[in-house]
Amino acid sequence: MRRWFVLGALLVVVLLVLAPFVLIVLNAVKTPQEYATAGPLAVPHHLSFQGIADFWQRVSFGQKLANSALISGCVAVLGVAFSLFNAYALGIGRVRGRNWFLGAFLLANLVPQEALIYPLYYIAKQLDLYDSRLAVIIIFTAIQSAFGTFLLAGVLAEFPPELLDAAAIDGAGRLRTLIRVVAPVSRPTLGVLFTFFFVWTWNELFIPLIFLISNDNQTVPVALGVLQGERMMDATATSASALLGIAPAVLFFLVFQRTLTRGVTAGAIK
Amino acid sequence: MMNRKGYWPFLVPGLALVSLVVAVPLLMTIGTSFTEWSGVGSPRWTGLANYDRLVHDENFWKSFSNIVLMIVAMAVVPTLLGLFLAAVLFDYVAPRLGNRTARALRSGLYLPQVLPLAVTGIVWGWILHPSYGALNTILDKIGLGGLARNWLGDDRYALYTVMAVMLWVQIGYPIVMFMAGLQRVDPELYEAASLDGAGWWQRFTRIAVHQIRPEIAVVLITTTIAALKVFAQIFVLTRGGPGNATLVPSYFAYQNYFERANVGYASAMSTVLTVLIVALTYVFIRVQPR
Repeated sequence: MRRWFVLGALLVVVLLVLAPFVLIVLNAVKTPQEYATAGPLAVPHHLSFQGIADFWQRVSFGQKLANSALISGCVAVLGVAFSLFNAYALGIGRVRGRNWFLGAFLLANLVPQEALIYPLYYIAKQLDLYDSRLAVIIIFTAIQSAFGTFLLAGVLAEFPPELLDAAAIDGAGRLRTLIRVVAPVSRPTLGVLFTFFFVWTWNELFIPLIFLISNDNQTVPVALGVLQGERMMDATATSASALLGIAPAVLFFLVFQRTLTRGVTAGAIK
Repeated sequence: MMNRKGYWPFLVPGLALVSLVVAVPLLMTIGTSFTEWSGVGSPRWTGLANYDRLVHDENFWKSFSNIVLMIVAMAVVPTLLGLFLAAVLFDYVAPRLGNRTARALRSGLYLPQVLPLAVTGIVWGWILHPSYGALNTILDKIGLGGLARNWLGDDRYALYTVMAVMLWVQIGYPIVMFMAGLQRVDPELYEAASLDGAGWWQRFTRIAVHQIRPEIAVVLITTTIAALKVFAQIFVLTRGGPGNATLVPSYFAYQNYFERANVGYASAMSTVLTVLIVALTYVFIRVQPR
């Protein structure tokens, strides 16, 4: 008896959490006429992809996806590379003053973006980098690698010294040891970092919103966020746009699910 | 004895990058906070005038009282509810209905976490829209039209509505963290407690919660910082309005930087927020159980 009660209550919570997703899917494939007559809960009589196609056209969604993929991909690769280099020096090399550097990277990770935005905006304008995807890539590479360094330095501090000694005996230099020994052995952690950096950068709004003003440079969240501000869309167009925003995120979730749930807990184990 | 020479060059590029993108701009913002500047021309030194103006600005205090409620909605309630749901999934669902069911339910609860916050705003902005939104339409259909409200546009409800959306966004994160933590708890502790006649609730509060204290600390600090920094949902859902009902520090700074060209004033606001976050993190790290 009590078992079913607990389970029922849990199921209600899960359904409540998932309800918005169901509503979006139901109404994204509905015609505005059917929405007006049958309402948001009705299952559409026949599928209409008109709303999705219209929205895709209107914001040139393909271009936005390409921009988001380019920016997030570059940040993920560069962010992992910078994190690995930094963490190699701090975690394995234990360079002098490493605790101070680790503190500085942690601090860099804590600073709210609005405390950086105006100088970055000003500097980018001076360097003619304003409204460029490159500027956003550079900024997020720095921000993400600050976190990555902090996490990875802790992991590399436990790196088996025998492997390093073996590499040294084989005459491998620092760089060779990093590429041939440390990086391959740490691949699971690097994979988690890559996934995090990609998804986090994909989801960012504040800095891209300010830096990417021309249509051709905007990312998916910026395009959706700006459009929402205009408040000129009907219910089915809004759900179509939401579905297009949700789809890549859910796709990453399914692809990276194992890495993500492993990674979400990575910070806690230390 | 390992040779520690030759590692320095690996730190140089990363350090240079973080200095350029974080350290230098942060120092510039702190410097600008003591000036009056519109973004063009040269800043005029005004000492502490911006800070004096802040403490007398009703919007400043409003944005901070709102952020306290955001911490409740994004850190405190998700942690408490997450503890309970994680325990139910771990102790109740997994042993009786199998790990697969527990994992599937966990994934469902985690799903809102993977959405871009801007998309979350669009989804809820539509559901809560007063005229064509799904919630009011549904309430109408089932004969509860009297409960329909202008959820985001009425300053009596806007903040609570935003808080509810934040809870929806956050709940998956503590559940995943706590379920991972519960796996570390030694089953023998549970058995011993059961032999002593402890019920489920006692085992939960006396053993489980105690054992996963590190996870609880991590969740509390990361979600509190996220609440202090919250921007995207506010930008997409309410733009701080109606009036200043849902104003938060980051949006307040954004308005002053880019809409009102009060760069010095916005810098002072950002500096206050930075100091607050760093101080809070320091305190958390100090009191965190080892």
